[in-house]
Amino acid sequence: METSVFIEQIREIVKPYAKNTEALANLNTSTDFINDLKINSANLVDVVLDVEEKYDIVIQNEEMEKMLNVQAALDIVTAKLKEK
Amino acid sequence: MTKEEVLTYLPYSHPFLFVERLEYIDEEKVTGYYTLHADHYFYQGHFVNNPVTPGVILTEIMAQIGLACLGIYLVRDTIATMQPAIAMTSSEVNFYHPVLPGETVKVTAEKVYFRFGKLKCKTSLWSNERLICDGVLSGMIRQKTV
Repeated sequence: METSVFIEQIREIVKPYAKNTEALANLNTSTDFINDLKINSANLVDVVLDVEEKYDIVIQNEEMEKMLNVQAALDIVTAKLKEK
Repeated sequence: MTKEEVLTYLPYSHPFLFVERLEYIDEEKVTGYYTLHADHYFYQGHFVNNPVTPGVILTEIMAQIGLACLGIYLVRDTIATMQPAIAMTSSEVNFYHPVLPGETVKVTAEKVYFRFGKLKCKTSLWSNERLICDGVLSGMIRQKTV
């Protein structure tokens, strides 16, 4: 998947939970969900569930723990889509 | 884990323990009861000369039964070695009728999901077969090695 495409898709997913609108507007691969977007850990679970639904994949606990920024999310989604 | 054992793991005590007994619990749902004794401190001020149970207390009753009790049951296999820490993270509740001092309320909660430590439940609170309030509550349960 192209990074730019993924960034637009992840932007839509995090939009309802992101408290920092500036960081949301400037979303890039190094954007951290908790520190930059100010998403709390409970809402980060919903982000991960929305990612699962969007790409029709299942994310494991260890993968969830690593999914802290956009690049990590892209890596996990890319790997999962290859497995399919 | 029996429904009586679940209560022994609750991290609350008087004056903030709002579960009296559970009627039923499994991995999907829970039912429990609490009696709002007239001597509760909050009736002195909510409202002046007109005691009515505060909505936050009704929400707390639903959270202690629907999130805390069900959450403890869901992590029962590791609870002996991994102490759970719990926190409510969101609530969206509608209220339909008041609850007066002395009433016994019944709470039913149904799991929406339990993933990555987050429990989300649909829950409702009843008094004398009448729906008092209902909504969706979420909480996180984290376990640390004792």
